[in-house]
Amino acid sequence: MGLLFSFFTVIALIVIVFIGVKAANFYYLFGVIIPYAAFLTFIIGVVYRVIQWGRIPVPFRIPTTAGQEKTLPWLKDNKIDNPSTSLGVIIRMAFEVLLFRSLFRNTRTELREGPKLSYGSTKWLWLGGLAFHWTFLIILTRHLRLFFEPVPMFVKLLESLDGFFQVAAPVLYLTDLIFLGAVTFLFLRRVIIPQVRYISLAADFFPLFLIFAIGFSGVLMRYFLKTDVVGIKQITMGLITFKPVVPQGIGIIFYIHLFLVSTLFAYCPMSKLMHMAGVFLSPTRNMANNNRAVRHVNPWNYPVKVHTYGEYEEEFREFMKDAGIPVEKE
Amino acid sequence: MATPKPATPQPEELARVDYKPPKTGWMDTPVELKKGIFCWGNKEKSLKAVDFPNVRSWSVADEDWKLPENWKEIFIEGLRERVSKYRSFRLFLDICVRCGACADKCHFFIGGGDPKNMPVLRAELLRSIYRKYCTTSGKIMGKIAGARELTIDVLKELWYYAYQCTECRRCSLFCPYGIDTAEITILARELLNLLGLNIEWIAGPVANCWRTGNHMGLLPHAIKDSFELFQTDIEALTGIKVEFPLNRKGAEILYVIPSGEYFDPAGQYNLMGAMMLLHEIGLDYTFSTFSSEGGNFGFFTSNEMAKRLHNKIYEEAKRLKVKWIIGGECGHMWRVWHQYHNTWFGPVDFLQEPVSPITGTKFENAKSNKIVHISEFTADLIKHGKLNLDPKRTDNYVVTFHDSCNVSRGMGMLEEPRYIIKNVCNNFYEMPPNTIREQTFCCGSGSGLNASENMETRLRGGLPRANAVKYVREKFGVNRLACICQIDRAVLQPLMNYWVPGVIVSGVTELVANALVMKGGKEWTTDLRGDPLPGMEGE
Repeated sequence: MGLLFSFFTVIALIVIVFIGVKAANFYYLFGVIIPYAAFLTFIIGVVYRVIQWGRIPVPFRIPTTAGQEKTLPWLKDNKIDNPSTSLGVIIRMAFEVLLFRSLFRNTRTELREGPKLSYGSTKWLWLGGLAFHWTFLIILTRHLRLFFEPVPMFVKLLESLDGFFQVAAPVLYLTDLIFLGAVTFLFLRRVIIPQVRYISLAADFFPLFLIFAIGFSGVLMRYFLKTDVVGIKQITMGLITFKPVVPQGIGIIFYIHLFLVSTLFAYCPMSKLMHMAGVFLSPTRNMANNNRAVRHVNPWNYPVKVHTYGEYEEEFREFMKDAGIPVEKE
Repeated sequence: MATPKPATPQPEELARVDYKPPKTGWMDTPVELKKGIFCWGNKEKSLKAVDFPNVRSWSVADEDWKLPENWKEIFIEGLRERVSKYRSFRLFLDICVRCGACADKCHFFIGGGDPKNMPVLRAELLRSIYRKYCTTSGKIMGKIAGARELTIDVLKELWYYAYQCTECRRCSLFCPYGIDTAEITILARELLNLLGLNIEWIAGPVANCWRTGNHMGLLPHAIKDSFELFQTDIEALTGIKVEFPLNRKGAEILYVIPSGEYFDPAGQYNLMGAMMLLHEIGLDYTFSTFSSEGGNFGFFTSNEMAKRLHNKIYEEAKRLKVKWIIGGECGHMWRVWHQYHNTWFGPVDFLQEPVSPITGTKFENAKSNKIVHISEFTADLIKHGKLNLDPKRTDNYVVTFHDSCNVSRGMGMLEEPRYIIKNVCNNFYEMPPNTIREQTFCCGSGSGLNASENMETRLRGGLPRANAVKYVREKFGVNRLACICQIDRAVLQPLMNYWVPGVIVSGVTELVANALVMKGGKEWTTDLRGDPLPGMEGE
């Protein structure tokens, strides 16, 4: 149900653009107002969510330790997977965020006759995830060329690296291919692996369809359908300089792409896509494992009712005396 | 209890696991409470002893779980309170992308195949409630946003699966965001306890621990009797009468153990081993009848209960005027001591930074909470050559080591026990890499699930661990499974008997004692358990 719902939602989004732009000529709405609103929602939403999380206390220091802790000086501790210092934590987080360290550990369990269990290393999800996120970032960065005049050096450099193979005209970006491939992979595994399909919600399919549609409309626009690049840059420069203009004659495909991107931006703060900010706050990853050496303070730590030694001795004093166990009060 | 024990299937039958999820979606598949899977509900007196809410006895099999009228409000209110007090909880409810990397990392899913035991789905059971009552999208969009109404059947489902997670954190190791199912289970159980929905196997020990200082409910004189018995046994073996200081003021060190060691057959030898070791090095220490338990079943109930039970450790250390504390071999006790204790009770300024009186080693890593693990302490002794060890005495043992979940993933003490074992045993073989160290598999009975009525759950959950032992048994002839956790010692033995017969489970300190050459003693003919030493088999 989640799958079909998400699929038709994305179709509906595209239809909305057709009606809004082609039939009703709401160019200003789709070219200016919605993008502004979406971007604002994104910024405010993400900041709000992060502040909301940040204001919640971290009562206990609970890192998941993934290697030897720092103890005796002659034992080698694992400074990254079980960090005892802030530097270690920073490196651990960098590995986690940039290279998906934990996912790299992934294994696939198999139960055969015997019974015989085996755990094979499986890197597909890691590779697919990494390919998806990194190409997404590169493509996003390439889009900066639309918001700067002149185009910054690093964007040009990125473009020339990305188009290294000089295939076709316009030059084929490798990341475009990998990106669409990775999204397709992430979708297929969600449908094909029975367990993953079983846990999947609409909230899992929707972003995949949406992102695929964004990528696909982008590819269509760049490689197959004629679009007015100069006009597009006028729009984007207008948006970034707060002097919005809507030149005529830009193809509908651009408005579809822009609307889907706007939807993604606006959807982000209220969805699982917030994992991109949340991962930085994860207490099992971003804390040093130095609990016994440095005290962690819980802001809401409160006194609790306890059973004191006095009460204990009061109840068992005779037994203790008979057994020759020392007591406080004879 | 009069209820008959559910029959346990044969290993071959139990190992046929069907991983195929049902045709109906998980929200539309009502929970079926299966005998052999769940533990009995708590008794009235156990909740009463610690002033817990909704005091009454109840039975899982009954339709009516005797909940308070406003149970739903209590649960939702409790949930709202906790998502604003624990960043971990809130974040873990918010950011899961359901990638499924955790699915086949859980021993209960591997051994049982119930899709709701995939960590992600076990968490979704509660996440769906959170979405419904705490998020805007869930309130408006309902099921399409993954939200669902909290009904009595949903509550029963939450209960059923909250007590099918051992809080071992293996899934959290593989999660790209570090989502820790233990956090979710801990707080789910806290919420259930607001309604008096505990299990007796946890509630009973908690009540005992509150009154007597230990889960077993052993009174001070009974503890002394146990020690006397061990003293006699040790003297018969070694010819040496070791002392067992109890509640002695002015000792340098307080030694706290899990109370299973007074009682459990496999645990006893570990305690005897510690008595011998500490005698041999002449340590100035004391046991305590009040602080007679380092384990903490309160931790499987609520964080408040955990704190209430663990107050006795420092209170007793203060009263006896010791300088610092050594903790015995226990898994969750070390999770609590390492990650919670210092926060609850610190700053611990009434004790001194731990320094080994034998080697002079400063335990810098424990300078704040002043508690050192017996394996850290022993490894240091061996490194400094302070123990006279004869590993030939243990040549009949072919040893492998099981890392306890809490000690490996909630602390990271992986090398010390291995260093010790390699110094006291000549034959040591590791299990496959994906089943040890930080990737270790749970015994299947942790977090208070070591009852007998849920034996099927335990055997299923223990399959991955047992299977790895089977591998090294077939390959290297392993006959001894060493561990540093009392729940392990108590539950791995029946697990081995079922899946891998012929493997004996023992603590690491027991192994040390078996290799320990004590000053002035007589020649040993057997080990601590009375099994003949190598070369003595015919005599």
